Amino acid sequence: MATTSGRASKVKTSVAIPQLGWREARPATVVLVTGPEEFLAERATTAVRQQLRDADPALEVSDVDATSYAAGQLLTLASPSLFGEPRLIRVSAVEKCTDDFIEDVVSYLEYPDADTTLVLRHSGGVRGKKILDTIRAGAGGGIEIIVDELKSDNDKFEFALAEFDAGGRRITPGAVRGLVAAFSSSGSELAAACQQLMSDTSGDIDERDVDTYYGGRSEATAFRVADIAIAGRPGDALVALRNALESGSDPVPVVAAFASKLRVMARVMGDRRSSAELAGAIGAAPWQIDRARRDLNGWSEGGLATAIVAVADADANVKGATRDSIFALERMVSVVANYGLR
Amino acid sequence: MNVWQQLVGQPDAIATFEAAARAAHAVTAGGESADASGVMTHAWLITGPPGSGRSNLAYAFAAALLCANGGCGECADCRNVVARTHPDLSYLATERVIISIDEVREFVVASQYSPSSSDYRVVVIEDADRMAERTSNVLLKALEEPPARTVWILCAPSEADLIPTIRSRVRSVRLTVPSVELVSQLLRDRDGVDAVTAERSARLAQNHIGMARRLATNAEASARREETVQLVLGMTGLTDAVTAAARLHAIATDDAKAVTDEQDADELEQTRLAMGITEGDVIPPTLRSQFRTLEEQQKRRATRSLRDGLDRILVDLMSVYRDVLRLQLGVAEDLTNLEFETQLRHRAGSVTAAETLAALDAVAHARKRIASNVAPLLTLEAMLISSVLPEAA
Repeated sequence: MATTSGRASKVKTSVAIPQLGWREARPATVVLVTGPEEFLAERATTAVRQQLRDADPALEVSDVDATSYAAGQLLTLASPSLFGEPRLIRVSAVEKCTDDFIEDVVSYLEYPDADTTLVLRHSGGVRGKKILDTIRAGAGGGIEIIVDELKSDNDKFEFALAEFDAGGRRITPGAVRGLVAAFSSSGSELAAACQQLMSDTSGDIDERDVDTYYGGRSEATAFRVADIAIAGRPGDALVALRNALESGSDPVPVVAAFASKLRVMARVMGDRRSSAELAGAIGAAPWQIDRARRDLNGWSEGGLATAIVAVADADANVKGATRDSIFALERMVSVVANYGLR
Repeated sequence: MNVWQQLVGQPDAIATFEAAARAAHAVTAGGESADASGVMTHAWLITGPPGSGRSNLAYAFAAALLCANGGCGECADCRNVVARTHPDLSYLATERVIISIDEVREFVVASQYSPSSSDYRVVVIEDADRMAERTSNVLLKALEEPPARTVWILCAPSEADLIPTIRSRVRSVRLTVPSVELVSQLLRDRDGVDAVTAERSARLAQNHIGMARRLATNAEASARREETVQLVLGMTGLTDAVTAAARLHAIATDDAKAVTDEQDADELEQTRLAMGITEGDVIPPTLRSQFRTLEEQQKRRATRSLRDGLDRILVDLMSVYRDVLRLQLGVAEDLTNLEFETQLRHRAGSVTAAETLAALDAVAHARKRIASNVAPLLTLEAMLISSVLPEAA
């Protein structure tokens, strides 16, 4: 993974152990899982457990919460048993660990047990830095798995592509792009959607499949809803509104998006000045002025007036003047999408 | 000069309170106690329009009760009331949108103490209308049966602003709107304003004493008011309305900022001093919550300040539309905005009375919306659009 090398170069202290991406997770005496992306960490840990279990089904798994760790617990769990089964100890929340835990881990690292795999999950922060530094310096012969956040669309694109590869399915690049756009807010949702799509469809996956299951979701921001409504497409606008609300938009910002777009339109209506001049007078960017001019297609003064009044009504309604804020939004969207004409 | 003399245009209310204070002192002196119950009571509500001097009257009454001479205006007690530092006076006013329930709870506890130096303990709530119902309920018990020497004084714009259970526990005193002559007389006598400015300010402020004084003494305030009226009378279409809304919003924001910015900086400096931090230092993590609390309070105050500013503008607009309506209905005497008579007449000729009434309704509607947290700029836009293009509403 490209992110691995990027991250490794940022680490200041010298790192004497292999640093791997989450797909390369493998057992070792100590496996340190660092990074903020929780669902990738989960996957890495599962992969380690699966490999250990494949090697020996008698694997004994224990979970430790580092926030409530008491002295000696680690040694008890890691001490060899009568029949010498391999052990897996998974420790969560090392970033919030107790002082006892730091002490025990550091002393354990001096003489780690060969049959035990210790997985430490650290999601970031300075707490437990001593543990991280000791492991990275090579004590205990560990490895580090880095789970970086899927930040850029490119990361997400690669991630989704790899998901389908791992599932043994082919997908068109356009379909992946559609999927990434639809689930841009959360990596775990994207991963779930990839799995869902693989189980919902058979054969190669293309744009049409993505559109069938997740169509419209990608356009579902408050401003997209406003754009569609102002362009005079009532049906699409209502679908987009529903999608926006489903994907977590709050009614109040939706109204604010409508208000800010209509405001600029009202101010440029009938004003022949250049967009640069107008931008200064109105306090909007020149591209917003150009955009508003294009948006004015199909609008009349009376219609725009009615629309702004309807948006103000909706704002009052979603802030408690009526009980059903969704209905208030739908009313507003249908007035705006009909160019304010009744 | 006694405490009543600086109050304008409220002879009836003053007579009531003067009699009450006299009776109250008679009770503590040991005589006439049977007669006192008719004129003195333990809980009062002063209602009247903004600017009629509700809180001033409340503090005058408080001084009359706390002063051994019944409100001489010269003794230490009276001066302490003016400075709000009298040990037997508790008062609650807010610079925010509402009074919080915790503040009232503390206040109720304070009302139970015996007076320390005077005959009475006086508790004043200046903005009793800014209490939610839940908060008002906290007061009920204390208001109904206070300790023998505690007197409650609440102030609100009207009785309807309080819940019925509070209304039934207080004796109500209504203030009247002072006339233009009285307000301008006050401006001339107290602030040394010339007669013409005093008359104009009193009229444009619609008899609001505080606003009249601001218009008379603050050139910026009167320039802003003039701009507001010009803007609204000059609107012809949608673009004008939305542009005017943006301008009005900017005026209100600037106005609010001018009031709060200086105060904010002062408070921040005070807090820094109290914490031993000089400007530019990094705030230690343990002290951050103090600064955060301060910031939150200042933000709340800014909200209130902006809302008050917008409300003032809307009241000004109402006066404009009312003038237009007067001209349309042929009752042209007593115009508020005499300075704009030609423009007013022009508008009166170009729209129908029904449209003017609709515009007045739109302003009233907008005031309600601003109070209920609707986006201010959007509210102003909708209001101005409805008044310039009535068919849109």
